[in-house]
Amino acid sequence: MKLPDPEQLTQQLVQAIKPRLRANTVLVGIHTGGAWVAEKVQQQLGGKLPLGTLDISFYRDDFSRIGLHPQVTPSAIAFEIEDAHVILIDDVLHTGRTIRAAMNELYDYGRPAAIELAVLIDRGGRELPIAADMVGARLDLTENQNIQLTLAPNNKLTLSLHER
Amino acid sequence: MTPNPQLTDTGALRHLLTIEGLSAKLIHSILDTAESFVSVGEREVKKVPLLRGKSIFNLFFEASTRTRTTFEIAAKRLSADVVNLNVSASSQSKGETLLDTVDNLSAMGADMFVVRHAQSGAAHFIARHVAPHIHVVNAGDGRHAHPTQGLLDMFTIRRFKKDFTQLRVAVVGDVMHSRVARSEIHALTTLGVPEVRVIAPRTLLPKGVESLGVHVFNDMRAGLKDVDVVMMLRLQNERMSGPFLPSAQEYFKYYGLTADKLKLAKPDAIVMHPGPMNRGVEIDSSVADGGQAVILPQVTFGIAVRMAVMSMLAGA
Repeated sequence: MKLPDPEQLTQQLVQAIKPRLRANTVLVGIHTGGAWVAEKVQQQLGGKLPLGTLDISFYRDDFSRIGLHPQVTPSAIAFEIEDAHVILIDDVLHTGRTIRAAMNELYDYGRPAAIELAVLIDRGGRELPIAADMVGARLDLTENQNIQLTLAPNNKLTLSLHER
Repeated sequence: MTPNPQLTDTGALRHLLTIEGLSAKLIHSILDTAESFVSVGEREVKKVPLLRGKSIFNLFFEASTRTRTTFEIAAKRLSADVVNLNVSASSQSKGETLLDTVDNLSAMGADMFVVRHAQSGAAHFIARHVAPHIHVVNAGDGRHAHPTQGLLDMFTIRRFKKDFTQLRVAVVGDVMHSRVARSEIHALTTLGVPEVRVIAPRTLLPKGVESLGVHVFNDMRAGLKDVDVVMMLRLQNERMSGPFLPSAQEYFKYYGLTADKLKLAKPDAIVMHPGPMNRGVEIDSSVADGGQAVILPQVTFGIAVRMAVMSMLAGA
């Protein structure tokens, strides 16, 4: 399968986000892949929008099965979530469980005016009633396939496909 | 080598009983996790849902306010249900054995015990006894260990001094009776601190303390020279007179941390104390309240470190 270029998808995402910007818009990327994409989106939008990151490890619903992620990083939201228009950014939308966890965590910072979801890739396979408002590309993957975003040292995003 | 009873087969932390035998990597991963919990403590809602539905029993056979309270806050911020038992005042006085108490609480659905006991080895004893799904945290056992205090001290040092491998650290005071000192020394040497000093009168040093890899000083001024971190220990009231020391005043004169003595340490040295402090006995108020003291940050970090430990145990 030929995979799309994530740098190009990011640019598409930026174009999709532009008309939706409001006076109170903030960007929040989900650690790790979503945080990389969010940073690029923020730069391409002029570098002025407030940018935060969420590590949803403390909100996962599989903690009792697999325990704590060995490398939790602090969530960093240095602005008010209360009454903000949050554009939540992730790399791959799959089951929707990460987004559920991210929304729960966001609410522990305050009550946002609205949350919209932007993802680089929607790979299908939802297990919760969650949909993205902005999508870079839709891919039809089987349950055995795993798509992964990596950030190279030269700050270039790449996608790779793994069979389980 | 016998397997470490604190670890699962895969090397995850199952109980926290002592710092002795934990790898530097594991200690750093606890401190890293605690960093994330510090940021939770700075939010509007200081709570995460990790331990929802879990029951944690604070089993304190010995009086404690700060440690018990910070464990309680930590458990509540993880959304666990917390039950505080001041056991010295209840069943034990009616003659129930330690293991009967533990069995009864297990029958009430305990998932974790946080244990403080005057007897060294009490937490190990309970850990060996409980069912596999139950976790035990040692919150201080006799003179043996107080691992979460040791870990929060390491967290504090890392926050202020970054690199352990460049540090000179002095532990000052009643090393002999101090479980805190033991946990600190094990943690410091494991994390690669090249020079750990202990400063104490001969009567308050355990025999063979050098075997822990520390340099011993009986003269406080010599021992404080050029250190980066001064870790004070509490002088317990019952030691202030009798065979160990002539008087509290005399102890303060020779081993109390004053602004004058602190000048011998590096200018940016930090001063730590596990609390509760005896002002005018082991530490002068001008130092305790001074700019180099990080004693209150220690308390705040203690919550995050205990959240990290409890969530890592519960997930193992």
